[in-house]
Amino acid sequence: MTYRSTFEKSLSEERFVVTAEIGPPKSADPLKIRDKAILLEGCADAFNVTDNQTAVVRLSSLAGSLILLQMDMEPIMQMTCRDRNRIGLQSDVLGAAALGVRNILCLTGDHQSVGNHPGAKGVFDIDSIQLLQIIKNMRDEGIFQSGDLLRGTRPCVFLGAAANPYADPSEIQVDRLRKKIDAGAEFIQTQSVYNVEKFLVWIDDVRSQGLDKQVHILAGITPLKSVKMAERMKYHVPGTDVPDAVYERIKNASDPAKEGYQIALQTIRELKDIKGIHGIHITALFWEEIIPALVTESGLHTQR
Amino acid sequence: MLRLMIITKQKNFDDILRSIDSKPVFLIGCNQCATLCHTGGKDEVLALKKALETKKISVSGWVILEPACHTMNDKRMLKDHAAELSQSEKILVLACGNGVQTLAGLVTEKEIIAGTDTLFLGEISHITEFNKRCVMCGECLLDSYGGLCPVSQCPKSMLNGPCGGSFHGKCEINQQVECVWDRIIQGLKKRGALQALSIIQPPKDWSKAGEMNRRI
Repeated sequence: MTYRSTFEKSLSEERFVVTAEIGPPKSADPLKIRDKAILLEGCADAFNVTDNQTAVVRLSSLAGSLILLQMDMEPIMQMTCRDRNRIGLQSDVLGAAALGVRNILCLTGDHQSVGNHPGAKGVFDIDSIQLLQIIKNMRDEGIFQSGDLLRGTRPCVFLGAAANPYADPSEIQVDRLRKKIDAGAEFIQTQSVYNVEKFLVWIDDVRSQGLDKQVHILAGITPLKSVKMAERMKYHVPGTDVPDAVYERIKNASDPAKEGYQIALQTIRELKDIKGIHGIHITALFWEEIIPALVTESGLHTQR
Repeated sequence: MLRLMIITKQKNFDDILRSIDSKPVFLIGCNQCATLCHTGGKDEVLALKKALETKKISVSGWVILEPACHTMNDKRMLKDHAAELSQSEKILVLACGNGVQTLAGLVTEKEIIAGTDTLFLGEISHITEFNKRCVMCGECLLDSYGGLCPVSQCPKSMLNGPCGGSFHGKCEINQQVECVWDRIIQGLKKRGALQALSIIQPPKDWSKAGEMNRRI
């Protein structure tokens, strides 16, 4: 069996994997990515490079992915549908694959109104499910979205998507996961988990339909660094679920960052043993330096 | 009564004054959409006339066209106002962008000022409330979504929604707006037709939106 990426190989061999997010800078400084990469080297199997996350202009995910490749680290290039139409997206898939990118995470993307250019025209020519299907067809069938044929080398990429166990309406979320798998998703990174109980309900549904056998699921972790961040996640970030008990723990702590770390640690330990979970995806927003300790202390490190 | 109309809003009065630049002006309204959404009917044209005159702007005359986007009616009706038109330097149009352009094509010797911003093709839900329903994309997909349009009503135009960010049925971008995907799902569920959503909808053919002319 040949694998498209080392990340795919690890998942296929049923190793419990870790991915970590590296957000590119609001500058043309490659050192900003290299410094984060050096800090996180060895902490994760692969590293998500975000694509202008929250609609804020940053160094591109393709360039960020290439910087990681030059350091022999494995990128998961994120692609959103907000800033490029199907021509631009397909072109960048070819370019990324030619440069050595082997994992792509397909997202629809945050709306431009939440970012630093609210006057921008959002593209949204296609959505994440269509993007998955388009790249899958480029890879497996050698055809572009229009039906036109690729000439020569196809983009040999391992495809991922996001899933949100907390999204409204909850009754259709597992069907939506199935649709992403049908479209081409081979791995899933979930929304950050704070409400483990609700996550268990979702994963039970996923397992009962056998979807955990069809796709590799990584559960999301975002350590809460401060009361302000907990408040933002609880009340302002769409699609997140911070239970009152977690919020109170942060709010009443003498050292909120330390408490946030403990909560993340506890959550990883609870998620690690759940049947159907194949890894942890850590998104430490502006707090990447906490990841090495989190990975080591939760026992994720020894497994690699 | 529900009707689908081109919904406009009047531009800011100061911006209108800046465009008029103290020159004599002729006012044009429209008896259709702009009347129903209270931006360019007789009431609004007369109110603006009064407001402009308070600012010492000479208003040479006014007319409510039937409707402003109808070239032949415009020609006929404007003839009756030839004298007033000749006394103006500018023509301020309180109609949709469509009507403004029809007049720009007819009255080439005067400067045309758009007095409204055109927002969307929408439903008149109440006398004073309008909701976006259509972006005239050229290929109607309503059959796939229980009669509700994600192209015009979802801020990300998702054909395979929902995005997962809605909260209690409200859009993540604007809490005042109902998530169209939530409504699509509730509608299909009511009819036991949720299965329809398992089909992956292909990318939309936007070439259909490129029509510039139609003759019958």
